[in-house]
Amino acid sequence: MIRDITIGQYYPTDSVIHRLDPRVKLASTMLFLISLFLTESIVGYVFAGAALLAVIRISRIPFKYIVRGLKAVVILLFISVSFNLFLTPGEEIFRLGFLKVTREGLRTALYMAVRLIYLIIGSSLMTLTTTPNQLTDGLEKSLGFLNKVHVPVHEIAMMMSIALRFIPILIEETDKIMKAQMARGADFDTGNLMQRARAMVPILVPLFISAFRRAADLAQAMEARCYHGGAGRTKLKPLRYERRDYIAYLLVALYLVVMVVTRWL
Amino acid sequence: MSIKAEGLTYIYQAGTAMESYAVRDISFETKDGEFIGLIGHTGSGKSTLIQQLNGLIKPTSGKIYYNGEDIHSEGYDMKRLRQRVGLVFQYPEYQLFETDVLTDVKFGPKNMGMSDIEAEEAAKRALKLVGIGEDFYKRSPFELSGGQKRRAAIAGVLAMDPEVLILDEPAAGLDPLGKTEILETIARLHRERNNTIIMVSHSMEDVAEYADRIMVLDDGKLVYFDSPKEVFRHYEELEKMGLSAPQITYLMGDLKKRGLQVDDSVGTVAEACREILRLWKEKEEKSAE
Ligand SMILES: Nc1ncnc2c1ncn2[C@@H]1O[C@H](COP(=O)(O)OP(=O)(O)OP(=O)(O)O)[C@@H](O)[C@H]1O
Ligand SMILES: [Mg+2]
Repeated sequence: MIRDITIGQYYPTDSVIHRLDPRVKLASTMLFLISLFLTESIVGYVFAGAALLAVIRISRIPFKYIVRGLKAVVILLFISVSFNLFLTPGEEIFRLGFLKVTREGLRTALYMAVRLIYLIIGSSLMTLTTTPNQLTDGLEKSLGFLNKVHVPVHEIAMMMSIALRFIPILIEETDKIMKAQMARGADFDTGNLMQRARAMVPILVPLFISAFRRAADLAQAMEARCYHGGAGRTKLKPLRYERRDYIAYLLVALYLVVMVVTRWL
Repeated sequence: MSIKAEGLTYIYQAGTAMESYAVRDISFETKDGEFIGLIGHTGSGKSTLIQQLNGLIKPTSGKIYYNGEDIHSEGYDMKRLRQRVGLVFQYPEYQLFETDVLTDVKFGPKNMGMSDIEAEEAAKRALKLVGIGEDFYKRSPFELSGGQKRRAAIAGVLAMDPEVLILDEPAAGLDPLGKTEILETIARLHRERNNTIIMVSHSMEDVAEYADRIMVLDDGKLVYFDSPKEVFRHYEELEKMGLSAPQITYLMGDLKKRGLQVDDSVGTVAEACREILRLWKEKEEKSAE
């Protein structure tokens, strides 16, 4: 059910990818996303896919588990693909009623779909292999220079890590509330759009109440432990680059070069 | 009105690295109108087990029969099952959502297809059963005290008039008075309506007081399913599972070890009282001879 959402979740295995410095993974993911828009050739996409597959293999996360996460965004995928498919002007191939499909449309839609899928898999690969804490540590350190221009990097990172931490909690809570209401005969799967929207009320009200309660509790617990923001705060495990991190950077650089080259293929 | 389970096994996140067995190969059958206490250490699979009994989660393997019918067979009416097997979740007060208590309690009956008037009557009956008076009907559920919320939430399930009532730790997190009130309400329901009741609990004392039979879960396995007396006999094994027999059972055990001929399997203070009085009388009679 709702637990199938895997975006933003951590999947523990003992792999090199998991052990990489979070900064490497952040930068690589960013670069990977950019690289998808650098190329426009099939060779490029095949290469990017191969690279992605290789990383998945090394990370030892079951392929099935990653694909399951895609289910949550199928609708988004469907909408953007249909827009591209039907609304791109060009040479017509066939038409369905008033909708016409053009060669250019087909091409863009296909590329769009591949890009989106890669994009989602790529970014969920990052969260699957990095705990929220590591992720925010990495962000905080990489963006540390922004402190100089008075951006509260630590506070933003802390908010992010709390938000990430809350995702599984809220999913679990939603699951529990849904089951409790189902035990009272609530039905979430049938009816028209209006009825379904109304059926959400018995979930949303308790969910919001519990989210507010949790937030208040957390704030109090943090205050009770004298949390006062980033100034003067030290880390238990400061981030430090290892050999494997440099190798990873090197591989990413190589990958980028190939992707840029495929632009002209 | 019987629930029968055959080889129930439930695995969370099967097929991933986080795979965990919550329930392992459990089989049992309930009798009409009996009060079952379900007990087990934290994480022993109690909540997972009971959620399978009204079809909220589907067992990874194994079968559940309600009145002889397989609940996961094609075309089985799940909604009707959930009306007949009422399930009150742990901390049920977190499921309240309506603007007033009465409307919230009506939610269940209305989902079961009752008209507004019927639902209202059912809701009022249920609220009366749990001891919530008319002056609370129009109050927001969020203004009630913890114990009152809990009772309103239980009424939400009772209003559907279930044949079997399953309660997951109905007394968790309440003060001693609130706890006794809830447990007494459940016991009264049992006496007056003769429903089959399955009550999950951490506390042997609570279960000993009310249950006809006790089900003990350990690490997802059903270890004992027997009368309280029989179960308490194994108090040393219970301890190994992180459980304990009622304190009074220990006291009686100690008495027996010191040579008094008492029954060391009693679970309630009242029983122990009778037992000691019996012994006392025997002794008096002996010395009179
Ligand atoms: N949604 C879930 N996902 C993964 N594992 C779970 C989930 N819910 C429970 N478990 C695991 O299944 C096992 C049994 O959990 P369950 O909630 O049934 O225990 P319980 O006996 O009700 O415990 P408690 O007394 O704390 O309520 C535990 O080991 C728990 O970690
Ligand atoms: Mg539980």
